[in-house]
Order: sequence, then C-alpha cells, then structure tokens
Amino acid sequence: MEDSAAAISIRGLVKRFKQVEAVAGIDLDVRPGETFGFLGPNGAGKSTTIKILCTLADATAGSARVAGFDVARERDQVRRHIGLVFQEPTLDAYLTAEQNLRFHGELYGVDRATAAQRRQEVLTMVDLWERRGDLVQTFSGGMRRRLEIARGLLHSPRVLFLDEPTIGLDPQTRASIWDYLKELHRRQEITVFVTTHYMDEAEHCDRIAIVDQGRIVALDTPAALKSGIGKDRVQITTDDDARAIAELADRFGIEAAVHEGAVTFAVAEGAAFVPQLFAGLDVPINSVTVTRPTLDDVFLSYTGKTIRDAEAARPVSPMAFAARGR
Amino acid sequence: MTAINPTPVAAVRVPAAGLRHQVRAAAVVWQREMIRFGRDRSRIVSSLVQPVLFLFVLGSGLASLVSSGDVDFRTFLFPGVLATSVLFTAAFSGISMVWDREFGFLREMLVAPVSTTAILTGKCLGGATVATLQSLIILALAGLVDVPYNLVMMLKLVVLLFLMAFMICALGLFLSARIKQVQSAMPLVQLTITPLMFLSGSLFPLSNLPGWLHVATTLNPMTYAVEPIRSTVFDHLELSPAARATFDPGITWAGWHVPVPLQVAIVVAACLVLLGLAVARFARTE
Repeated sequence: MEDSAAAISIRGLVKRFKQVEAVAGIDLDVRPGETFGFLGPNGAGKSTTIKILCTLADATAGSARVAGFDVARERDQVRRHIGLVFQEPTLDAYLTAEQNLRFHGELYGVDRATAAQRRQEVLTMVDLWERRGDLVQTFSGGMRRRLEIARGLLHSPRVLFLDEPTIGLDPQTRASIWDYLKELHRRQEITVFVTTHYMDEAEHCDRIAIVDQGRIVALDTPAALKSGIGKDRVQITTDDDARAIAELADRFGIEAAVHEGAVTFAVAEGAAFVPQLFAGLDVPINSVTVTRPTLDDVFLSYTGKTIRDAEAARPVSPMAFAARGR
Repeated sequence: MTAINPTPVAAVRVPAAGLRHQVRAAAVVWQREMIRFGRDRSRIVSSLVQPVLFLFVLGSGLASLVSSGDVDFRTFLFPGVLATSVLFTAAFSGISMVWDREFGFLREMLVAPVSTTAILTGKCLGGATVATLQSLIILALAGLVDVPYNLVMMLKLVVLLFLMAFMICALGLFLSARIKQVQSAMPLVQLTITPLMFLSGSLFPLSNLPGWLHVATTLNPMTYAVEPIRSTVFDHLELSPAARATFDPGITWAGWHVPVPLQVAIVVAACLVLLGLAVARFARTE
C-alpha cells in the first residue's frame, strides 16, 4: 500500500498457452510515478503481460503486485486502483461520450458529485468536453482513443495501463496522445505502464524494458540504452550481398548481416566510415544509409534482429488470435 | 489539438465493494439497455411485425378451420403472441452479450471491480424491461381480438411477461456466455428459441396432445410462463367451461393440475437458476 513500494512488481512471471510460452519468466519493478515503456515486436508477450497485470488473465507461474495488491488474490483491489486503455476499442458507440464516462463512474462506485466534476476534468483534459453530448460512433479513431484515456482516468487510478494506445493512429494523433500523457503526469501522481511496438515512442518513457519472445532483454532509460550501443547503423545495398559481407569481415573486421533486404552493420562513426567503405569494397555499392542509434538498434543489438524481422518471423500468437475472435 | 486546459484534479478514491455499489452497477447496466432501446426506434417497429403477423394473419387464417364455438382463434392466440414476442425480444437481449463482446464493451464491464452477478442481473433486468415495454404495444391491440381492457388483468399480464422475459434473458446470457463470435449467435437463437416457442403451448392449446408432445411441453420452462398469461386472459373472458377446457386446459403432471401460483413459482425459480448458471459459466479471465 505504501507509496514508497513499487507501483508494479513482477516476479518470475510465466504464461503458457498449450505449446507457446507467451511470457517466459519476467521480473520487473516499476517505480511509482514513472512512465514505463514495455517495448517489443508484436507477439513478444507484451499484451499477455498487461492482461495478467490487469487481472484479465491468470499467470501459469510467478506472481505480480500492482499498486500493492496481488493480481491473483486481491483482484477487486487491483481493479479499483488501475485504469485501462486497451488495444481494441471498448467504448459503447451508441452512447455519448459523457454517457460512457457516467457508466464507468457508476460501475466503479465513484460518488456522484465527484464523478460529475471528474468527468468534466478528464474530458477537458483530452479536449472532448465540447463533444460530450455526441455519440461515440461519430468520433474519429484518435478521439475515441482520447476518450478511452479519459475514461481510464475517471476513477483516479494509481496505475494507468495502456496497451498499444497509439496503434492504428496517424503520426500527428500519436504525438498528441503522448502530449496528453505528459500533461497527465504534470498534474497528478500516477504511474503509467505503456506497451508499444513503435520504437520511437519509447523516447517518451522514463525507463523502458525491451521484450522479445516473452523475456526482458534490456531494461534502462532510453538514453542509457542508446549510449550503450554507441554505434551508428549502416545499411548498404550491393550487387552481391554475400561477397560484401565476406569483404567487410575480411578487410574491416566488421560483422554484417542482411536485415530488411540490406547488408546491415554497426560502426562507431558511420558517416566517416562511408568513404573507406567505397575504397575498401570491390563489390559495387548501390546505396548507403547511415542512421544514428535508435531504440530499433538497441533491439537489434540485444536480439540480433530488427523489429520488422521479428514480426515477420513470429508464430501466430494465441493471444492475438483470441483477441481477434472476440 | 494539443491545447490543454490546466484545471485542478479532483482525486477520487473508489470505495470498497458493498451491496450498494453492486446495486449501482446493476442499475447502470440496466440504464444502458434503456438508453440503447430508446435510440433504436426501428427495432421497436420491426419487433412488432412478427406478432402482428401471427395474430392477424395466422390467427385469421386458422380461425376458419378451428371449430371455435364461442372462442375466436385470435382471442386464443393473443396471450400466446404476447409470450412469443417477449420470448424473441428477451432472447435477443440476452444474446446481445455476444455483440458487447465483439465490440469490446464487455471488457469494460468485466474489468470493473463489481461482481459478475451484478452485471448480469442488470443485463437481465434491462432485457426484461425492454421486452415488457414492447409487449405493451401488443397489449394495446387487445380490443381488436375481443380481449377486454381490464386494468387488473393488464397489470397481472405485465408482471407475468416481465418474469418470463427475465427468465429467457437469463437463458440467453447462459447460452452466450462462452460464444466469441456474432456469427455463431444467430443459429443459436434459432436453435433454442424456436423449440421453446413451439413446445410451450403459445400457438396451440395443450389439450389432447399426443403423449410425447405432452411430455415435451411439461419439460419446457416456457410452458409455465405462457400458461399463467393465458389463464389470466381467459379469467376475463366470458365463455363456457367446455370451451375453456379445450382452449385453456392448464398444465397437468400425470393427471394432476398444476396450480397457476406454482407455475409462477417455477418461473421465478427458473429465473434464479438460469442467472446462477450464466454467472458460473461467465469466465472473466483467460
């Protein structure tokens, strides 16, 4: 219960579906008040983990506490203290924005006077107060997501879970969702636990965990993770990739591999390396791209594959399948 | 887009669960059904087509065949049509849970710190209220088929129809508890509602049935919901004991006449049992 304790504390968490191990042993502590990013490709086990934390799925093994309550044994207590924004929409499109919030307040037993005030606050925060009387079916995808965030905050949760809050939104709307989340932090003491498979969004988090195949492969601040890589990513397309890889190993001692259809490798000063590259390789080079390290590279360096490769190779997740079926 | 108005934040703390909280949750689920019903005028109109067809087309068509003496076949059919219309509306309300699942709203209810019983009770009360409200329109047609506008009779009918609707709605929830896809829901409605309707004595009198059919009707909970409705209507008609015996013979168990209050008690018990089964079957976690 005490605020000094971790907002979320996970120990040895495992979730198995028949053959597939969606979560393969996760240990994690999220501090109160931080925005924590849970990053990884689709099918990495992010949604499964969040469902366990939100009491929507039972763990096969291990335990988790959220806001000081055990997710398996103190289910209702956990539910009272968390707000949820799911990947799939969960609004009633035939109700107005305000009716959706009113429903939520009653369901959570918020006293009516406070609920009315709170409705205005959260709707104002996400710029939907003017639209409160409109049916949700008239709302755009971004507006619906904002309304879901407002609803998740209505009962003043200690921890707000957002499962892929920006999925399917255009870049501008994605940015605005993050602005709302930042504003939220400025205003109240709340822990935000967010999953995303957009690596660039991790920059908005205080700390991130990179997840792959049900395990945390890296955990730190975005800056620390990037500086840990310390290298630029160079991607070249050539007439003969296999020979290029061999020559890179031979002449520069660089280990390269084909990712996303291009020969990819990491060097300390990418831009300065390009002239040497042209001088040193006999294979004709068709194009060169140099990128400063991003969290994509962090993922690459920890897992040996890019996010897109990981998603292309992933088996059909049973959880995603179940989600589609509902 | 990102202009944010700084306003102070009212901290809400969600209170511990109590009966009052559960009642509020059930009430708001009920209220949602009412709001959605009010928005959907076309549903009200379309739901009237079938009963009107039954009453005036099937009823008039068969009236010439059925030797009725002093009972018009349409008068006989009236309570049955009331029951049938409530049956369809209530079953649909119960099964609409599959839509709530499909469109995600079910999850909003399932993650709330309230009991499944509160949610499903609210849903049943909502579905029953909607079905009863719709049946009022058919009740208003009573005069057209020589059923008197008697206030006491009407009030009794409303109560009986509500009970029946609750029972069917609970059955619908029980059936839809594990269904994940809307496509699977429609055949299910067909598969369960049609036998319930045909085996309940809503469309034909329960007198002189072959043995197997008699057994089937006495096992159908709908029968115990339809018969009190018919009995209430017939109590307010002027007809000979012989005609009453033909058109409203009541329900018999091995020759024993089941009294109407017992029939109503059976319906109430069925409501509770079906609701309990639906709650038990409703998984909240994966």
